[in-house]
Amino acid sequence: MEDALILGAITLKSRLFVGTGKYAADSLIPEVIAASGAQVVTVALRRVGMQQEGVMDHIPDTVRLLPNTSGARTAEEAVRLARLAKAAGCGDWVKIEVIADTRHLLPDGYETCKATEILAKEGFTVLPYVNPDLYVARSLISAGAACVMPLAAPIGTNRGLQTREMIGILLEELDVPVIVDAGLGRPSQACEAMEMGAAACLVNTAIASADDPVAMAKAFKLAVEAGRAAYLAGPGRVQDTTLAEASSPLTGFLQ
Amino acid sequence: MHLVINGQDQDITCTTLAELVSALKLDAQRLVAEVNGTIVARENFGQTVLKDNDRLELVHFVGGG
Repeated sequence: MEDALILGAITLKSRLFVGTGKYAADSLIPEVIAASGAQVVTVALRRVGMQQEGVMDHIPDTVRLLPNTSGARTAEEAVRLARLAKAAGCGDWVKIEVIADTRHLLPDGYETCKATEILAKEGFTVLPYVNPDLYVARSLISAGAACVMPLAAPIGTNRGLQTREMIGILLEELDVPVIVDAGLGRPSQACEAMEMGAAACLVNTAIASADDPVAMAKAFKLAVEAGRAAYLAGPGRVQDTTLAEASSPLTGFLQ
Repeated sequence: MHLVINGQDQDITCTTLAELVSALKLDAQRLVAEVNGTIVARENFGQTVLKDNDRLELVHFVGGG
């Protein structure tokens, strides 16, 4: 049986989601998406004329768009942004991102739950960005979230899997896909998250800030695939001792 | 007509939302509009008549993570 990720009503082959922010030139985006193999691509919603020009000319229509609600500080604002994104006619997926703290950009679990509940009832496929907190994650699942997306490290920091142990707990306890989002800086870190059993990784800054974003997108693709393959292979036990255990037979030596 | 577009006061000659979008040289296919807090579906831009002091939000997708 093929190893697919099912989210909402969609079956995905690729377990790497990519963002479209921070590129030196948006014209790089099509090549990045192609190299990453991503089938899910995030975008943000902003007033026209205030920020960069529209990004849609650079996103192939073969990928599934995942609009985020960045800029929302409350559940109400996130719901408004989600509805606007849906009205743009790009489907009913939404990444809920409710952030009131501008210094660390940490997600507000309570507001995220409220927004998730409202939007899931309206038929959205809700992918909430959260702290790796078991109780918040459970509340999100009760509220109708299609997955949970815990942060590896603060957004845009490239600091890697700082929340490893907490994400490990989510992986152990939850029955929905856990998609590691934010903070992954190197392919090896995405690979580790996948080895642990993450369903997918979402990467933006690590690719956009690389000297060669297209090559880095490819590297993340390979890393995510390798980590997934390792997870499915069932990694061997880590010994409790630092003493060596020979791989080769300890008998039958030549005299 | 006086409108508040994305938080900015503007005086523009137009009757409908479609005319406004065209006057602002925006691509309607890429746009989502809210008039006084209510989302207007793209197919209804043409029949959405604007009135003095309407508050509009015109948004579109940009790069994001």
